Amino acid sequence: MNKLFHKKSLAIKLDNRSKYLRKLIIQSLIGGGRGHMGSAMSLVEILRVLYDEFMNFDPRNLKKENRDRLILSKGHGCLALYSILADKKFFPKKTLNSTSKSGSILGGHPEYLKVPGIEASTGSLGHGLPIAVGMSIAAKIKRKKHKIYVIVGDGETNEGSIWEGALSAAKHKLSNLKVFIDYNKIQSYGFTKEVVDLEPLAEKWKSFGFDVSEVNGHDVNALRKNISQFNKSKTNKPSVTICHTIKGKGFYFAENNPYWHHKNSFTDKEIEDLNNCLI
Amino acid sequence: MRRTCFETILKLQKKNKKIIFIGSDLGPGFMKHSKDKVEERFFMEGVSEQSVVGISAGLALEGYSPFVNTIATFLTRRAFEQIVIDLCLHDLPVKLIGNGGGLVYAPLGPTHQAIEDISILRTLPNMTILAPCDANEMKNLITATLKWPHPIYIRLSRGDEPLITPEKRKFIIGKSVIIKKPEDCLFLTTGIATRIAEGASKKLYKNHKVKSGVIHFPTIKPLDAKALIKCIKRAKKIITVEENILSGGFGSSILEFCSDHLKNHLHKITRVGLNNSFVDDYGDQIDLLKKYHITENDLVKKMLIFKKK
Repeated sequence: MNKLFHKKSLAIKLDNRSKYLRKLIIQSLIGGGRGHMGSAMSLVEILRVLYDEFMNFDPRNLKKENRDRLILSKGHGCLALYSILADKKFFPKKTLNSTSKSGSILGGHPEYLKVPGIEASTGSLGHGLPIAVGMSIAAKIKRKKHKIYVIVGDGETNEGSIWEGALSAAKHKLSNLKVFIDYNKIQSYGFTKEVVDLEPLAEKWKSFGFDVSEVNGHDVNALRKNISQFNKSKTNKPSVTICHTIKGKGFYFAENNPYWHHKNSFTDKEIEDLNNCLI
Repeated sequence: MRRTCFETILKLQKKNKKIIFIGSDLGPGFMKHSKDKVEERFFMEGVSEQSVVGISAGLALEGYSPFVNTIATFLTRRAFEQIVIDLCLHDLPVKLIGNGGGLVYAPLGPTHQAIEDISILRTLPNMTILAPCDANEMKNLITATLKWPHPIYIRLSRGDEPLITPEKRKFIIGKSVIIKKPEDCLFLTTGIATRIAEGASKKLYKNHKVKSGVIHFPTIKPLDAKALIKCIKRAKKIITVEENILSGGFGSSILEFCSDHLKNHLHKITRVGLNNSFVDDYGDQIDLLKKYHITENDLVKKMLIFKKK
């Protein structure tokens, strides 16, 4: 693994925009009293760069034909997606307070048609990539230029269906498809290296016919450059960016701590600590 | 039935640009020589049923009308979660065509025998289940599925079944078909069991002077409630017949219907189908139907005994 992505390099300082989006995630976490905290915090910058700078979307016209599509295949990271969608006015920010509560449109995993801006219901792992492959094939048949982005969890790549989808993506030369792997190195049981080692991850994707790159997934400049290159690329391969990230990024007590993968309650002290980290 | 099914889809593809065909790893030369094949909308994705169903969902989300085809067990067992989540939860108009429903793949053993596909899919919200009885019905059914806005499972049988459906009969999803006028004794059937019941009905009259009706349910879900209420109220003895395990199958759905709407008529119904066990023999479909007592003669015997009770 590239040394650039070791723990020290990933300890990048968060700017105000990143902190703000995390505040919205905390709003959901505290509102619902539970959620996949660590899994959401690691992918904020990936979503932020995509929605702020690259994706074509219209919250008032959800079915706009030439919109770019994003599928959060690791559906449990949805609090981050809710945060950016609320920020982009797909729904009011106050809705975040109701996350996971009875009557809310926002659940512990994102649902299609329930949440404006969600392209596919995900939660059970390994589903998002094949669906994205279908969408990419559709765009190719229709000769449309929009992109299909899909965010996959590292633990999620344990699923065989991810690799089945990857085979089809390469077969059909889906250059309109970009996969981001949120490589925070922790899955539910513990460290991916110990549960089932994914390395050499980049070589795996290369051998599956993907154009592979690796970035610090918290470095917005690096992500910007990476996505920009994808947009300009003339390759006929699907693309994957392995985003080296920190689970629970931005919260010293949660960073790289498997116990913050998911929380189903928060003490007053924990709530205070969460808020203090974003000052 | 199988050939008719695919030829019909490929013909429709030529006229309708929304139709997509996705197979997994069908036999060598599958439709290779068809002049109707529309290359851009014809996919063979390899032995990857989970992904194939997911891809079909992605295409349907983009407005396409995909037909997915592989062996019934691989589709319904291997890709079950994709069917539940990608298709049923999203309520997408994807058509799943399961080859070899029931005992068709008899010589290939229990890994290939789709004996519980109806039962497991029947539990899924938004899922529609179709089991045609012959090639003519299959042909008309395919056209009807194009306007249906929900996921559909089409159970394909062998391919050389005798034709009992008139060529031009319109297929309406959710409607049953009277094969023989309902009498006191009545067979309620689905799939190829319809032809067996029709034969049994003829024998009942010819050899025993017992009149019996046959109503065919090519749509197992949703059931034709109107027809069921009418025929169940009228009949005295009813046998359901299916090439599926009895647990949760077509007969179970009739009993559930009765329990919900016609409680006093439950005693009239008995079921014929496969027991809840894996098939432990080979041979061909006919051999296994004999072994499990789903033949014309078995139905005759069963109706005569049931009639006396």
